[in-house]
Amino acid sequence: MSTSSTNIPALLDVTDVSKSFGTVQVLRSVSLRVARGEVVTVIGPSGSGKTTLLRCVNFLESYDSGSIRIDGKEVGFRETGARQRRGERDLAAMRAETGMVFQSFNLFPHLTAAGNIMLGLTKVRGKSRAEARTIADHWLGRVGLAHKADSLPAELSGGQQQRVGIARAVAMGPKILLLDEITSALDPELVGEVLEVVRSLAEDGMTMVMVTHEMAFARDASSRIIFMADGGVSAAGPPSEILAADTDNERLRTFLARFRASHF
Amino acid sequence: MLTQIAYALPFLAQGFALTLWVSLLVVVFSLIAGVIMGVGLVYGPIPLQWAVRIFSDTIRGIPILVLIFFVYYGLPAVGLHLPSFWAAVLALTLFKTAQVVEYLRGAVGSIPRGQSEAAMAIGLTFRQRLAYVIFPQAFRRFLPPWINGVTDAVKGSALVSLLGITDLMQAINQVIGRTYEAMPLYVLGALIYFAVNYALSLASRRLERRFSFIRE
Repeated sequence: MSTSSTNIPALLDVTDVSKSFGTVQVLRSVSLRVARGEVVTVIGPSGSGKTTLLRCVNFLESYDSGSIRIDGKEVGFRETGARQRRGERDLAAMRAETGMVFQSFNLFPHLTAAGNIMLGLTKVRGKSRAEARTIADHWLGRVGLAHKADSLPAELSGGQQQRVGIARAVAMGPKILLLDEITSALDPELVGEVLEVVRSLAEDGMTMVMVTHEMAFARDASSRIIFMADGGVSAAGPPSEILAADTDNERLRTFLARFRASHF
Repeated sequence: MLTQIAYALPFLAQGFALTLWVSLLVVVFSLIAGVIMGVGLVYGPIPLQWAVRIFSDTIRGIPILVLIFFVYYGLPAVGLHLPSFWAAVLALTLFKTAQVVEYLRGAVGSIPRGQSEAAMAIGLTFRQRLAYVIFPQAFRRFLPPWINGVTDAVKGSALVSLLGITDLMQAINQVIGRTYEAMPLYVLGALIYFAVNYALSLASRRLERRFSFIRE
């Protein structure tokens, strides 16, 4: 599993992606392949470009050069002719194939937990309200919130809100799930319930790319860890290799040492 | 005195109906134009943003009275002849549209960026994001200043009397011209305007309460 071999078609194929915000280059020729069913964790110091990379995958951010393909299809740009951004409808359809869970949950505050999940199902997937409700109830059950279906986000704890956020993303049946520091805004005692949900999705074979600072969870749950520094991939490999204290990669060693120092 | 006023009531009622009609047209037209232009200001390409910004700043910088005279007396100079009624409606609509643009910008701008992103992430198109995610949340912030603007429109419609249109204000002036009962008729007029606007304020407060579930 350590290096996804090139003869298996990758589900997510990021090739040579570069991006600058003004004069600051945030991504430097990043390449990354994720096979179906893989759980890839991206770690690295803040400002290393990991969140930007994730946001490029569902085109919340555009990028200057390179290519990002999901299931063989270019995400943000038209396949033929000159490099041109996809049209609005096209882009929306592509985004519906990826799920994203946000650091600050971003639940829709005017909709109930079930309503948050049903919105995409009815408006994007074209399901009837009854069908959508059934699916919403199923996923709320999966994240342990069947009894909160009719609660508004403001009535839920942070951990509960984030579990609704996960349910909202997976209910759409995405090919790949992107998790952007989903436990960073949570009180420590609420982190476990959210990670438990992610773990169970991983066991179901959901393909995931996550950015996280939860090293223990990354070690247990991921098939591969990518270490990013200064906008580039600095190291990649299985958790045991990347998280080893005696790694040859000096930046990684420094990052891990700092991390351990601040967490114990 | 009272009999004279009672005799004039049907005439005043006609003027009142015209006041309501002008107000309604202005409110509806300015709402449509203002929301469309406001969306252009917030989400449009840069040239469009500039165009709306210039329109809004220009209109808001002109006294409404000047705007009314400009549309009525100025536009014929460039070949556009409007009957006084429509000239008045157009001028008031332009004025109100510029305000609606700003209310919309403020209301939509107050919605965190993450809301749009979450809506994008589940595959909603731009229109769907506005309709199901942004506008329902922005509505509560849009409503109070907008209702305020509606009451302003009702009051401001009195200015159409200056173009000789027989609205409530003009009707009152004409009845005074015949009866010389200025004080009771102006009091009556003030009460009518107040009743309309007070009813609007009450309705607004009701609506606001209905939408108060949305967190700050």
